[in-house]
Amino acid sequence: MKSFLGFVKKEFYHIFRDKRTILILFGIPIVQIMIFGYVVTNELKDMHIAFLDYSHDEVTHQITDKIISSEFYISDGLLENTDEIDAAFKRGKIHEVVVFESNFQEKLMKTGTAEIQIISDASDANTSSQLVSHTSAIILSYVNELNNDNSLPVKINTNTRMFYNESLKGVYLFVPGTIVLILMLISAIMTSISITREKEEGTMETLLVSPLRPTQIIFGKVMPYMVLALINAITILLLGYFVFGLPLQGSLLLLSLETFLFITLALALGILFSTIASSQLVAMFISMFGLLLPTLILSDFIFPIENMPKILQYFTLLIPPRWFLVILKSIMLKGAGFSYVWKETLILVIMTITLFIVSIRKFKSRLE
Amino acid sequence: MNNDSIITVKHLYKQFGSFTANKDLNFEVKRGEIFGFLGANGAGKTTTMKILCGLSKPTSGEVTVAGFDVYQDTEKIKRNIGYMSQKFSLYEDLSVIENIVFYGGIYGLGYKEIMRSAKEMLTGLGIWDIRKKVIADLPLGWKQKLAFSLAMLHKPSIIFLDEPTGGVDPVTRRQFWDMIYAAAETGITIFVTTHYMDEAEYCDRVSIMVDGVIVALDSPQQLKAQYQVKTMDEVFLKLARAKTETTNQNQSAL
Repeated sequence: MKSFLGFVKKEFYHIFRDKRTILILFGIPIVQIMIFGYVVTNELKDMHIAFLDYSHDEVTHQITDKIISSEFYISDGLLENTDEIDAAFKRGKIHEVVVFESNFQEKLMKTGTAEIQIISDASDANTSSQLVSHTSAIILSYVNELNNDNSLPVKINTNTRMFYNESLKGVYLFVPGTIVLILMLISAIMTSISITREKEEGTMETLLVSPLRPTQIIFGKVMPYMVLALINAITILLLGYFVFGLPLQGSLLLLSLETFLFITLALALGILFSTIASSQLVAMFISMFGLLLPTLILSDFIFPIENMPKILQYFTLLIPPRWFLVILKSIMLKGAGFSYVWKETLILVIMTITLFIVSIRKFKSRLE
Repeated sequence: MNNDSIITVKHLYKQFGSFTANKDLNFEVKRGEIFGFLGANGAGKTTTMKILCGLSKPTSGEVTVAGFDVYQDTEKIKRNIGYMSQKFSLYEDLSVIENIVFYGGIYGLGYKEIMRSAKEMLTGLGIWDIRKKVIADLPLGWKQKLAFSLAMLHKPSIIFLDEPTGGVDPVTRRQFWDMIYAAAETGITIFVTTHYMDEAEYCDRVSIMVDGVIVALDSPQQLKAQYQVKTMDEVFLKLARAKTETTNQNQSAL
């Protein structure tokens, strides 16, 4: 145990004495979350909006004016019928269409409720959701004004439709997505590089002829990165919470345990790569192409899985980040408990155990 | 087993698939001797060395190192041997003293014990004052000496040196051999592989391996006398050439 602790200490020396390592470990996660947060999430400005008004009464005109007067929107005028909505979206000029049902004012005054439909082009999910919530807020404030004057409270139901991306993938997804990406990269790349570095510099031989067991060597190498990856996960969560106002709905404990599981999996992958790679550079490339791209593309992070060709969809089943992303989203955004994510967790556990067995076997057989 | 022999190898075979890396090796290394293990690249030296260090198991044959069986007691073997490779195996980004503490640590030595040995060792080498410098800043010769001393930190009974003088200038090499002699004086057995045939002359006994077979094993003087040449270099060339010719003949016979 003492020799193991000495080993871990040595590993921390390596990390803290190498500026590049520090930069990769702590710089990249922060930069990445900021980029995904600020750059990818478009600022709302000059959003083109059109109206389909079946009612043309006082109330609908007031709401229309109110929306147009907001600094975010540019009015593209009125549409005639529903067919024009799709056409307008497809031309790509319009971001949002607001539809008033017929006899809007009459219904509102008589029954106290009326319907507005907000249709938005959700192919850019972040913009779309902000746009919709902004429009809804304007409508709500109009209703509040009405209710202040009126003795009889009225209600306008807003009915939202996201065109092209009904389930609105991508909203708030960048935080869970970035966590997945960063944990995957940091854990796998850093371990595979640090193990191949020992091989390259010849220090691995010394470790192997020492009384340390191969498993001790592996866990000694892996432990520091596990700690750092956890710190990274916490940093991203805090950034998400304080900078982007992303709430954590579910249990923090469950989230931590699941994160721990995923980090373990990523570390096992890193060890596996290190047994394949002959040099640090190769390890880096394998990790990049073997992990970065699949995580970005096939995990549901950026591209919705249901829009992929069937073969690719089946292929994503093998991608660990895909399952972890489901878990993260469920816990963070939907507040789901363990009973909702046990299947995904089980899959990750099986993957982790398999990877560890394979990588330790491979590591040992390399000694021969 | 002879009490004087610290390594015993009997009928050692090591096979990788259909390739035989070691063919029927038989030799003994005596306690306190400097044993040179020579051979061209790919002759099978590294394979044997790995087996002796407990990193790999023989396909068949009897091998004991420091009195322990390589099939059963690799753990005990590892505690009783030291190892130093051409690459010196020091962590470049760690200081001299940190390296020592780390190596002592993986052999399970206590901190106080390590510091006592470290002081003794570094004062002996004359580098106690720069113990806080990182290895990367040290000249090659010092790294080599430090690596050798480190390999002896846990007081092993045998020390394996895998081409320890590669890339070092002749003066430093000579100094390094002085260290090896000094270590052998204290009773440590030295098992050394080398490419430099002049270094082979420094050994008490040498074995020469060609294509996985030990073709000669004796003191340098005896070998030179036997082959009627003046240097070990010539002995080596004669043996290597003879072996290659036999293989060629065998192939043409087929």
